[in-house]
Amino acid sequence: MHRRVFVKNSAFALVTMGLSPSFLRRTALGAELSGASKGKVLICLFQRGAADALNVLVPHGDRAYYQLRPDIAIAQPARSVGAAGAIDLDGFFGLHPALAPLKPLWDRGLLAPIHAVGSPSATRSHFDAQDYMESGTPDNKGTSDGWLNRYLAAEGTCEQCKVTPFRAVAMTPQTPRVLQGSAPVVAMNSVAEFTVRSGGTQAEQLEALYRTGSADLIHDAGTGMFEAVKMLRAADPQRYQPEHDAAYPNSQFGQRLRSIAQLIKAGVGLEVAFADVGGWDTHVNQGGATGQLAQRLEDFGASIAALVTDLGDRMDDVVILTMSEFGRTTRQNGNGGTDHGHAGAMFMIGGTVKGGRVHGRWPGLAPEQLYEGRDLALTTDFRAVFAEVASRHLGATNLAAIFPGYTPGSLPGMLG
Amino acid sequence: MRRLSIILAVLAAACSQAPPRLGTTVPDTRGFADRSQTADQQVAHALSRLTFGARPGDAQRVREMGVDRWIDEQLHPERIDDARSDAWVDQFEVVKKTSTQLEADYQNPGALVNLLGAKAKGGLTPEDSARLRDARQNFRRIGEEVQVSHVGRALQTERQLQEVITDFWLNHFTVFAGKGAREQYYMAEYENQVIRPHALGKFRDLLGAVAKSPAMLFYLDNWESAADSGRPRLMPVNQPRAFGAQARPVRSAVMVAPTQQQRRPRGGLNENYGRELLELHTLGVDGGYTQQDVISAARALTGWTIAGPRQGGGFVFTPSMHDAGEKRLLGHTLRPNRGIEDGEELLDIVARHPSTARFIAFKLARRFVSDAPSPALVERAAATFLRTDGDIREVVRTIVTSPEFFSREAYRAKLKSPFEVVLSALRAVNAEPDQTPRTAQLIASLGQPYLGHQTPNGWPETAEGWLGAGAILNRINFGLLMAAGRVPGANPMSSPGIDVVRTAPREQQVDAVVAVFLGGDASSVTRSVLVTGKNPLLDAHASADPTAPPRTEPMMVPDMPISASSGARPQPRPGQARAIAALPPLTGLAQLAGLALGSPEFQRR
Repeated sequence: MHRRVFVKNSAFALVTMGLSPSFLRRTALGAELSGASKGKVLICLFQRGAADALNVLVPHGDRAYYQLRPDIAIAQPARSVGAAGAIDLDGFFGLHPALAPLKPLWDRGLLAPIHAVGSPSATRSHFDAQDYMESGTPDNKGTSDGWLNRYLAAEGTCEQCKVTPFRAVAMTPQTPRVLQGSAPVVAMNSVAEFTVRSGGTQAEQLEALYRTGSADLIHDAGTGMFEAVKMLRAADPQRYQPEHDAAYPNSQFGQRLRSIAQLIKAGVGLEVAFADVGGWDTHVNQGGATGQLAQRLEDFGASIAALVTDLGDRMDDVVILTMSEFGRTTRQNGNGGTDHGHAGAMFMIGGTVKGGRVHGRWPGLAPEQLYEGRDLALTTDFRAVFAEVASRHLGATNLAAIFPGYTPGSLPGMLG
Repeated sequence: MRRLSIILAVLAAACSQAPPRLGTTVPDTRGFADRSQTADQQVAHALSRLTFGARPGDAQRVREMGVDRWIDEQLHPERIDDARSDAWVDQFEVVKKTSTQLEADYQNPGALVNLLGAKAKGGLTPEDSARLRDARQNFRRIGEEVQVSHVGRALQTERQLQEVITDFWLNHFTVFAGKGAREQYYMAEYENQVIRPHALGKFRDLLGAVAKSPAMLFYLDNWESAADSGRPRLMPVNQPRAFGAQARPVRSAVMVAPTQQQRRPRGGLNENYGRELLELHTLGVDGGYTQQDVISAARALTGWTIAGPRQGGGFVFTPSMHDAGEKRLLGHTLRPNRGIEDGEELLDIVARHPSTARFIAFKLARRFVSDAPSPALVERAAATFLRTDGDIREVVRTIVTSPEFFSREAYRAKLKSPFEVVLSALRAVNAEPDQTPRTAQLIASLGQPYLGHQTPNGWPETAEGWLGAGAILNRINFGLLMAAGRVPGANPMSSPGIDVVRTAPREQQVDAVVAVFLGGDASSVTRSVLVTGKNPLLDAHASADPTAPPRTEPMMVPDMPISASSGARPQPRPGQARAIAALPPLTGLAQLAGLALGSPEFQRR
């Protein structure tokens, strides 16, 4: 744990003894990491605040949906001309019209939504529900690490992983709960900001302060940091051009996904990436085909679509997984919004997902089918989805270590 | 020699399976002779551990006064005049108000939504939306003022040790500001009325104040913990219940307020606080308790809840929620048919438990001495804890006057937390307190937002927890920002000790910068880099990277919401990362300051 990142690796150890950075770049980025750059990548995107799944993945084939939401329901596709109605997927479910950029992914078989998925916990607290989704241990508050970090720690034996500090990156100001734990994780606001911010020779002088002197924890961390900065500088983030005319929204979320694409293409050994986006707690004036939720979805969908476009064929090795702590009430409330509910929806996107169909068992929206008489019932434990992506995509073999106390009955089958 | 023999004796006692000799007292009569630090190191060391960093002139003052007299003074904050700092803090309304007053004066935007929703059909009018916006803005001020005052007090107070200990207990008994809107009302009171007044007092008093604080009752869910069905209750259930505990279908809360939704109508026992009380607050995870003890502790605390605003808010014991059955716990029996006495006796038992003495002694020694404090010191401090009935002042005295504290091994052995990095830099240059939340945001962007640790184990107290690649980069960039004069209230170039060497030769400037920022003590390597501006290991052509673009791009500081008041987690508001202005290449004295602030030495205390 102690001398974490570079010193165990011979190439980097030589550098710490004074060999030139160009040697480092040639070796590390050219040879060793080219393997890692072909490795599998998981990108987890967290919609904080509880996204209204029923208006994201619209059950337009369920008559009860329209009775429950007279003002905010998304109209059926058949009745609408243009953008007002749901974008039909399979005759029963449709996408919110603001998610139009995701429709081509569905058509190409890259998009696999799952409905009625979430936490078995009954909590309707944002705090507790996010905590459970990130710790991966619903109703157990004693878990100090996140499930993604437990994956990293449990499956951390591959040689390539030791070479890079960028195996796990959160595009967030602080390391999120889901990535907290014993395995090293880097949190950053953007690739461009991951640099020593001074002109002239100051950065080199600072580097000298850490490279020389005793080999203690602080010097090691500093040395590792300067190597990491150089790895990214070699990727030249200032001049990054998205490929295939991918157009990222100029939002914070869009720019964070752009940074994730940069990291993937830089070949720095990224395996797990995380970003989050807020604004989903729509108690008031949620809107329907347009309005508050539509605006959030527009940014959300366009950002993800740009990421997929930008990554091109790399999507064969990438899975994007979206999540939110719970769904919202099936009925609209008196404020034109929705309150805290139970089950929700997730999107899995990637070249290897079983796209083109909506996964999960639909529990229905009739009064007797609702959870506690008000919310969408749960038919898939979120851990089943996490376990599937960890094992079938990332190749995790020790699911018991990642999800203690949980044995999935069967995986939802979203990955081939 | 004597120190060694004591350590050996304690180790021998520990190894011989004999019961721990906690009751025995080891008089701390050792003097300077047992201290392996030089006199100058002792001054710098004491200042770096008992304060948030030395201000200009502090070292000289402590040297003249004598380290031991100064430590004794700091151990008695009540004897230190702090009028200037108090007067400054006094300008913030939030700090002076109780949580009940805050709830009355700063409307919960979520509650306002309920109110407006009752008359709205299908959406809010523009007027109501504006009202709501104002309420949210007003509400956010709570979090901002708490943090501004917290940082400003740590910067200015003469009672530095009290503030350091307050920081320690705020972390030991951490609560999470983002737990929900209500936590926002509770945190000022928590810091200022619950933690600080007891920070150097009796541990039992501190523990009791925390146990009855709305901040902790809410954070660890005890406010809604009630007797399981089938258990005898003191009173029938149809008594008035705690605030927000009504089981009605609700629709409240905008972005900020999960208040009523959090209440699940089922009720029943919630073990959350009972468990953390034993594991994190008192006995420690290896303190020798069982799952049965956790359940008994939680049962003893049922009914300890928060009164509704109309009942005056604050702590209340609600008999109808209390489990009146007999409880067995840690070898004790709590008799049946009692009320609040159950919880009080529980706190008596755990506060005086030998495991608690050892756990608290260990954590304090780890905070003040080193990441792995010697078992002998921990045992002595634990003995003081038991001898003095948990007198925190005396436990701290045992630790900070010990030979271990003043040993060469302990010198600069601790890594500063992000809060300590920023505060020590500010104090080094005699910075003015920031009236805005920007400094608090900077601390948050270094990874330590105020009461921002989600889980109850608190921020790391050791170096490992703070040292990722990204973390050290943020620290270095903070140093550069500081050196460039871009941190509010801080102007290093005009600060005492620096201003006089502006035109002096480089060697003299280096001495000044090392004196101000590094306590007068830099490694030979650091000194050499500062003087020559060269990397002694890499020659010039190897270290220069021709592909590196000139990096003068704008310094981006994310505009973090400093109150974690969104119903979800703290979120940077989209589009609000803003350039503080381009950071020019640092030259001359500013460059030296940037190097010193970014150096490995500055990361240590």
